[in-house]
Amino acid sequence: MRHLMSPLDFGVDELDKLLDLANDIEANPEKYAHSCDGKKLATCFYEPSTRTRLSFEAAMLNLGGSVLGFHSADSSSAAKGESVSDTIRVISCYADICAMRHPKEGAALVASQKSTIPVINAGDGGHQHPTQTLTDLLTIRSLKGRLDNITIGLCGDLKFGRTVHSLINAMIRYENVRFVLISPEELRIPDYVRDDVLKANGVDFKEVEKLEDAMAELDVLYMTRVQRERFFNEEDYVRLKDFYVLTKEKMELAKEDMLVLHPLPRVNEISVEVDDDPRACYFKQAQYGVYVRMALILTLLGLAE
Amino acid sequence: MLNISGIHEGFVLDHIKAGDSLQIYHDLKLDKLDCTVAIIKNAKSNKMGKKDIIKVECPVEALDLDILGFIDHNITVNVIQGDKIVAKKVLSLPREIKNVIKCKNPRCITSIEQELDQIFVLTDEEKEVYRCKYCEEKYSRKV
Repeated sequence: MRHLMSPLDFGVDELDKLLDLANDIEANPEKYAHSCDGKKLATCFYEPSTRTRLSFEAAMLNLGGSVLGFHSADSSSAAKGESVSDTIRVISCYADICAMRHPKEGAALVASQKSTIPVINAGDGGHQHPTQTLTDLLTIRSLKGRLDNITIGLCGDLKFGRTVHSLINAMIRYENVRFVLISPEELRIPDYVRDDVLKANGVDFKEVEKLEDAMAELDVLYMTRVQRERFFNEEDYVRLKDFYVLTKEKMELAKEDMLVLHPLPRVNEISVEVDDDPRACYFKQAQYGVYVRMALILTLLGLAE
Repeated sequence: MLNISGIHEGFVLDHIKAGDSLQIYHDLKLDKLDCTVAIIKNAKSNKMGKKDIIKVECPVEALDLDILGFIDHNITVNVIQGDKIVAKKVLSLPREIKNVIKCKNPRCITSIEQELDQIFVLTDEEKEVYRCKYCEEKYSRKV
């Protein structure tokens, strides 16, 4: 039985298969409308996350399956002090596959060790969020037609942003991928990514502070939100939250086929006026998130063939 | 000079950094074993100046010495059988260590989940880096 804990759990070839399946689902949704008839997905969300949970639920419903679950620790037996290990043993009796989000890092791994059904890590604190990375990869591959020979600009909070770290780890496995890391001094990429991942693998990258300086060379611009909850000091948050705002004017500096991606939710780092630009792909990205979760559910349930 | 007789079957752990022997006594769980143990502190050493030695009289399969590699792989392990040294064990860093060090990350699941083993996995042999199996928090032995 297979689980998904980290975006690197799938090798490049397996990932290609998964993304191919997601693209086939996109092209032929009716073909998969009953693939999971009679199957149940448990969404065990110990902390709220509307977007990820609904995306998982939509994915299972699109496959003809059904969903059950809880949406906060308060409404689960965790409030009574039940361990993750015990909860998953019980959930294993009720459902065929489980998507788990938990504020503690490593919680999904603990669940997977005791589970008799596949467990998908739907976010474990600031640690991993593999289905977001799969979503990003599917979006880039579908809209650019490739994952190699690409220059990606990562902009905003590169220090705390786990989606950015995961995306870097996943993308360095492809040939000739360049990174332009765009962040204020305080939110630069941590050493363990710069040294242990980028430099250690001989990846071409540069760090800049001004978004305008990077725009022209990018094939993909991945914007991130500066998260209030990461700051101890409100003043620092207020100063940094508006550091980057992607506007129509800045988009004029970009290539005509550049993609703008964002894991969402956005606050104000992408001006609403950019939404109408055909290069703004963050809502399409949310749609790809459903396709890739459908492909993942089929794969982990052994229904992919 | 303190004299401690030889052992028939067991281990002599030599070249322990002076002062570390009691910690090793606990880490090897020797307090739980019903066997003869001699701890020699601050013995003279040409190589180290001072060193500790532990002698354990026990069946050779009774001890899991993997943990010694984590504590200090410079320790010499002599395996004794029939009153003779039959092997010298070379210590290396264990791939995984269980319930020896604790994860210090307050956001790690090990901080709340009952009965969960504290497992660290060797991720960089050269730099001697271990990471928590669950949250990947780093534990580096080299400062």
